[in-house]
Amino acid sequence: MRLLGFMYRSYTIPPAGTPLGYHETLPVTAMDLNLTPQEQQFRDEVRAWFTANVPKDWPQMRTNPNVQERFRYLREWQKKAFAGKWVGIHWPKEYGGRGASTMEQVIFIEEMARAEAPPFANTLGLGLIGPTIIAFGNDAQKSRYLSKILSGEEIWCQGFSEPNAGSDLAALRTEGRLDGDHFVVNGQKVWNSYGWAADWCELVVRTDPQSEKHKGLTVLLVDMKSPGVDVRPLKQITGESEFNEIFFRDVRVPVENVVGKVGEGWSVAIGTLMHERGTFGAGLQVSYRRSLNRLIELSHQVERNGAPASQDPVLRQKLAQSYIEIELMRLNQMRAFSRISHSGVPGAEGSIQKIWWSELNQRFQQVAQEVLGPYGLLESGAEDAFDGGLWAYGYLRTRGNTIEAGTSEIQRNIIGERVLGLPKSY
Amino acid sequence: MQFGLSESQNILKTNARKFFAAECPMTEVRRLMEEGDGYHAGLWSKMAEQGYLGVIFPEEYGGLGLGMVELAVLLEEMGTALAPGPYFSSVILAGTLLEAAGSDGVKKRYLKPLCEGKLRATAALLEGAANWTFDAVKMQVTGDLLSGTKMFVTDAAAADFIIVPAMRDGELTLWIVNAKASGLAITPMPALDLTRKLYKLTFDCVEASDLLASGAAARGALERMADIGAMALSAETTGGMQRVMDIAVAYVKTRKQFGKPVGIYQAVQHQCADMLVFTESSRSASYYAAYALQESTADAQAAVSVAKAYTSDAGREVGNRGIQVHGGMGFTWENDVHLYYRRAKANEIALGDATYHRERIARLVVDRASRPAQA
Repeated sequence: MRLLGFMYRSYTIPPAGTPLGYHETLPVTAMDLNLTPQEQQFRDEVRAWFTANVPKDWPQMRTNPNVQERFRYLREWQKKAFAGKWVGIHWPKEYGGRGASTMEQVIFIEEMARAEAPPFANTLGLGLIGPTIIAFGNDAQKSRYLSKILSGEEIWCQGFSEPNAGSDLAALRTEGRLDGDHFVVNGQKVWNSYGWAADWCELVVRTDPQSEKHKGLTVLLVDMKSPGVDVRPLKQITGESEFNEIFFRDVRVPVENVVGKVGEGWSVAIGTLMHERGTFGAGLQVSYRRSLNRLIELSHQVERNGAPASQDPVLRQKLAQSYIEIELMRLNQMRAFSRISHSGVPGAEGSIQKIWWSELNQRFQQVAQEVLGPYGLLESGAEDAFDGGLWAYGYLRTRGNTIEAGTSEIQRNIIGERVLGLPKSY
Repeated sequence: MQFGLSESQNILKTNARKFFAAECPMTEVRRLMEEGDGYHAGLWSKMAEQGYLGVIFPEEYGGLGLGMVELAVLLEEMGTALAPGPYFSSVILAGTLLEAAGSDGVKKRYLKPLCEGKLRATAALLEGAANWTFDAVKMQVTGDLLSGTKMFVTDAAAADFIIVPAMRDGELTLWIVNAKASGLAITPMPALDLTRKLYKLTFDCVEASDLLASGAAARGALERMADIGAMALSAETTGGMQRVMDIAVAYVKTRKQFGKPVGIYQAVQHQCADMLVFTESSRSASYYAAYALQESTADAQAAVSVAKAYTSDAGREVGNRGIQVHGGMGFTWENDVHLYYRRAKANEIALGDATYHRERIARLVVDRASRPAQA
């Protein structure tokens, strides 16, 4: 406590601008970016499991244009991981998880990325819908749905956005009309990832037709095999169809499938969206670093002005800038995770992370195009493409990054209002 | 794994904030800026009492023996306050050179009084070519007599002694020169940063007081100083960014146009949100650079350059936005934002700008990678 020797006590803080308080990190015992012995042990255990179990043929399957075949493969992989109790580790123990801490989740996600493991098939079920059912569902719902989410036996999608309710989600109009012991659902949802593969859907509907905005909404769990559900693929800018539109025509949903209370669906939906940020970026940081390392490798091979591109002074600047941005993504995340593991709640830093990874990825893909020149244009199927055409694909795919999971504009609104305390603009 | 300030680091930070807010409010910063060399004896001795002048130096030489993260948080608060005085020159430049290269006798004679606030110093790094790499030193020493010109030297008028790199028989050497030595002329170079002044030093057969180091030891000390200095500037710029953002956000909440506070408009909100992203990322980068230097991690050099390159750009960008959202008020002398904007620009240039540090990263990261196996 040598420090106390010069503690400054004689003054009070004078008013200086607006106290934001955001950067006040919660005190930790000591700044230490190494893993604790326990964390190390967990890391070793996770690493050993991935080393022994990651399927060797994933690099080929990854670019398989047959999405059904690829999805079956991911389902099998999830089943294998489920058998080892490595799916949904952040879920509480009583629901089949491991009750993993924030840091353990981060380690797990990073190791998964480091091992170049395939993702689990039931991405939304594990990350968003399962935790929502745990938080808001009743006991019958928990025992009916949770273990099948973990095993991948039932795949889930989300029915939130509509053609006229995107960023302004509370404007949604899909109706749920009570008819005896059922809700009858009519309307259209859009941008549904995995809609074509899903067995179930977490659906937000308006159950009070007189209501406006956040009131009168209800969350329903809808069996996608119900009569009147029509899933249509949306062909994307990349040519593939990750997303769908879902049409509901007189779809009957039993009242016991309401999550939370009728008319209080907004708080359930917001609870789900909160899970959308959090530890999600941990794996991205690892895969971005790997992509940058790969691009640096290729920069020694592709030439520019008679010398390897790696020697071009302008491209060197751009590669170094990508290194800086990816490194800052890692550091910002570490600070955020440290905060969350002390405070227990993900805060508005989620918006900073979202802006950061999405915009950096777009800039990085542009740097890749500049380094690779015409090779960057080659798509999957071109014999001479690097990495199965991933660079051309990545260039287009990243345009979606600043739109999905809350646009950059919405994230900046959130920072303005919730962190900086600016008046709400809408 | 924990990436955040410890309780004692938070206490240091809070106390430093209180200290500078009370001891040198902006009225005092402006007064010192307009009068002379920016050094104020009263403030300096109070900073010595707090231990700030020797924060990272060993206790046996009058320091506190704390680490780089403590230095970073202190610099952050000094950046927020735009604290006047030769702290960067005396403690960061001269102090780290003395600590890295000085003998026990030299440390007792120079570093100890520096920590105690009895002596102040600077380092004369640049010459006419304005090259930050240490291969560029041209000044010659014959015996112990220095002749030539050093430029862009910070706070030289407030210094009691100056550390001078020079070449002796083709070898890099570091000399301690009394600022009052005969044959040494110190002339101001009026420049953009009004709160950290620059000087030109002309040496005409100036007798050095002591040889600090030569050869590899001199080079090693300069490189260590440059890394700690770049980290310190990054932290200081981060503190300035925080203040500019605070001032700007407070302003847009009260300034009304079209009947509403301008902060309600998304065009303004998004500028402010960007300021937060820049500031928080700069803070992450600076703290990590400090941690990496403290722990001598394998990526310490890259970590320093990441911080310096990023904060060099981000500090300027926050200033640009801070001025813009003020409208006409942002363009006035009376608004404090321009004082921070000036410091951010000077910090951007000092010890290498973003381009310089990106090239350093390229050497560390791009050149060390090899061609792909299948090529």
